[in-house]
Amino acid sequence: MSQIASKVEHSTRSSRIGIVLILATLAVLALAPFWGDRQTLRLLAEMYAFVALASLWNLLAGYAGLVSVGQQAFVGFGGYLLFWLVIVAGVHPLVAILIAGPVAAIIAVPVAALTFRLRGAYFAIGTWVVAEVFRLLASQISVLGGGSGISLPAAMVISMAPTRQAREFEIYWLALALTVIVLAAIVALLRSRHGLALTAIRDNELAAQSNGIGVMRIKLIIYVLVAFGTSMVGALIFLQKLRISPDTAFSVNDWTAFVIFITVIGGIGRIEGPIIGTIIFFAMRQTLSDLGSLYLLIMGAVAIVVMLWAPKGLWGLIAERYGWQALPLQRRLVLTPKENAGRKP
Amino acid sequence: MASPLLDVRAIDAFYGDFQALFGVSLRVNAGEVVAVIGANGAGKSTLLKTIAGLMHPRGGDVLFGGEAIGNAAAFDVVRHGIALVPEGRRLFPSLTVEENLLIGGQSRRPGPWTLQRIYDLFPILAERRHLPSTSLSGGQQQMAAIGRALMSNPRLLLCDEISLGLAPIIVREIYARLPKIVAEGLSLIIVEQDIAQALKASAQVYCLQEGRIALQGAARELTRESISAAYFGV
Amino acid sequence: MTEWLNVILQGVLIGGLYAMFAAGLSLIFGVMRLVNIAHGDLIVLAAYVALMVTQTLGLDPLTSLLLVVPAMALIGYALQRLLLNRTLGDDLLPPLLVTFGLSIIIQNGLLELFTADSRKLQAGAIEVQTFQMMEGVWVGALPLIQFIVAVAVIAGLQMLFYRTALGRAFRATSDDQAVAQLMGLDTRHVFAMAMALSLAVVAIAGVFLAVRANFDPSIGPARLIFGFEAVIIGGLGSMWGTLAGGVILGVSQAVGAQIDPGWQLLAGHLAFLAILAVRPQGLFPKVSG
Repeated sequence: MSQIASKVEHSTRSSRIGIVLILATLAVLALAPFWGDRQTLRLLAEMYAFVALASLWNLLAGYAGLVSVGQQAFVGFGGYLLFWLVIVAGVHPLVAILIAGPVAAIIAVPVAALTFRLRGAYFAIGTWVVAEVFRLLASQISVLGGGSGISLPAAMVISMAPTRQAREFEIYWLALALTVIVLAAIVALLRSRHGLALTAIRDNELAAQSNGIGVMRIKLIIYVLVAFGTSMVGALIFLQKLRISPDTAFSVNDWTAFVIFITVIGGIGRIEGPIIGTIIFFAMRQTLSDLGSLYLLIMGAVAIVVMLWAPKGLWGLIAERYGWQALPLQRRLVLTPKENAGRKP
Repeated sequence: MASPLLDVRAIDAFYGDFQALFGVSLRVNAGEVVAVIGANGAGKSTLLKTIAGLMHPRGGDVLFGGEAIGNAAAFDVVRHGIALVPEGRRLFPSLTVEENLLIGGQSRRPGPWTLQRIYDLFPILAERRHLPSTSLSGGQQQMAAIGRALMSNPRLLLCDEISLGLAPIIVREIYARLPKIVAEGLSLIIVEQDIAQALKASAQVYCLQEGRIALQGAARELTRESISAAYFGV
Repeated sequence: MTEWLNVILQGVLIGGLYAMFAAGLSLIFGVMRLVNIAHGDLIVLAAYVALMVTQTLGLDPLTSLLLVVPAMALIGYALQRLLLNRTLGDDLLPPLLVTFGLSIIIQNGLLELFTADSRKLQAGAIEVQTFQMMEGVWVGALPLIQFIVAVAVIAGLQMLFYRTALGRAFRATSDDQAVAQLMGLDTRHVFAMAMALSLAVVAIAGVFLAVRANFDPSIGPARLIFGFEAVIIGGLGSMWGTLAGGVILGVSQAVGAQIDPGWQLLAGHLAFLAILAVRPQGLFPKVSG
């Protein structure tokens, strides 16, 4: 037993290959305006938004154990704040996106103060009530069209970029950049001291608590950070749509049901899960959306089947089978014979 | 010799990957009291849980009245006539004393034990019948737990650490009632840390050590030395 | 003055309906710690089952309960045995996400079968009957029946919980699943009975919902939220508390709507959030012991 020294390593061989692949993919995607048509760009930008939303929800539910079904509150908040800032205050749309994050984070604190009083599944429905309150309040804002919503005035749209193509490129790169930043921030967070604490909480909340980890404090931090990111993504989504209404901004289907589906299918509690899940979700949508409500029904059924029979999702199955991980997150205990690892810190 | 009431045949039991029992065999004849002793973590409770159906053996089998019950669910094992008095009593806190006893009779096996017989055996319970079970003292809770198990009219009663956390005088009081229970034709397995108490109450003794039977024999034939050797593994 | 009395009275009576939404939710949470996200959609499903029964058999809605209640109870039992029992455990996610998936399946299934058109159950002459309570204060016969039924349902559940063997089994299983098994209780069956009972209550609530107002496949989630709010306002684990919670929610909504029609739902949510802020354990939490 004493003949072995150990050290903790983040990376594995597959994760080093993974990083090379990720950088190459990113380069290809960044150049998409030069190889893809308008349809492709729109689709990709939408996918990036879902990757970001699902990754944020994954952090919240899969890592911090805060299963929210009310994240549409922050998507819609970001969207509405952007429209208000642009239309009423005359702020540049890009600046408005930047403002949406911190303002949502501030709003998230009192929201958390209320919803954190509910435990487990009741917390989930509590977040939903908050989202409903946001939706009802938004429909009271008459300068933004009340219940029927409003479009972004043409003059403001043109102020972003002189041509339609330039604007579309701009939004595409913005979506890609924002998603990459969100993912990088999540990876950095999970690799930090807080990330370790989060893993401890996920594995055993009681044990973590007795080890002096401030469980509630960490959960609050995560909740606020996720609101920050979700709201920025929301602002960007509605900048791309150019139109907002209470029902689309605070839609539980679009911003929660789909996001949960993506995360569960891909693999909850794993950073790669939402990316895989988004690809599957869009593949399904492209092929099945003609079926209308039947397509949603199939989606619900697939989510149930995966949750019950493959709870770690598709990426979980792959990772378990081949020991892959695309991003260096898991800590591996590397055991080496002592004579080879003589130096001690 | 007639076939035994309970025949545990070389069972292996696991918690996940951790093996807790290694080929443990044990027999209990009708009307017999068997003690299982051993240090903390020796596998005593695991053995009882496996017999009661709360766990299932990965190897070997459990025969009761000649029928294999190793894979039967706990609720089914009760219907066969095995009742467990769990470690730590575990009365239902939302239920009154009498409701705890009544729910023990849920399986409706025919037999001698009725609410009235339990109250005759432990009169204090009759006095407190309508109080919440949480209002009972530790000893009274133990009596209620035994009563609750008896209400299913078992042929075999499994008692897990009856004396745990109780004052010696209470323990003696409870053990004094066991012969009355055996007189109704029941067999008993008593798991105990209190070796003296266990030896006094039983005919056969099995000593578990790290998941294996280290010693077995008639209670009055075993020497103090052989027991402590088996108990501590020295 | 009488105008406000009328408003509050309407609120109280609709509160009975909300209490029935809440009772079914509270029941299964109490027994197996399951929060059923599809609860509201099951209420709507019950309304459609009643619609089919009344249309094909020509029964009036209240009589249709004789068929709808057992049908929903059966669905509940099967749902629990075949699907939901698999989700129960230490992990919070599976039950939450599976019932969320179920909610989507029910909504879109109903949409596929019945389209998005609004429907309503016709109860005939009783719908327009009213009584004068006092000078200027009127009560509809149907809302009154609905409230009386709600009180009866809650009294019945209370009795079942504390006076019957099934109720004892519910409480014991809720306390300690493993020991409940040692008593010969098949907890899978106990849970399925709890879900059957919950959906029996859901059936009653669904029929009254369908008689009172228009319904379509999309209104389920809002009913879930009303039920949930009534549970939390009343205090977890207390059956009579859910009635109080339902009434408070109903009155808040009625008063809100009286001030400004756009404020009806908002006022209810705000009442809920206010109680969550000042008294998170609810108004009538279950006294332990």
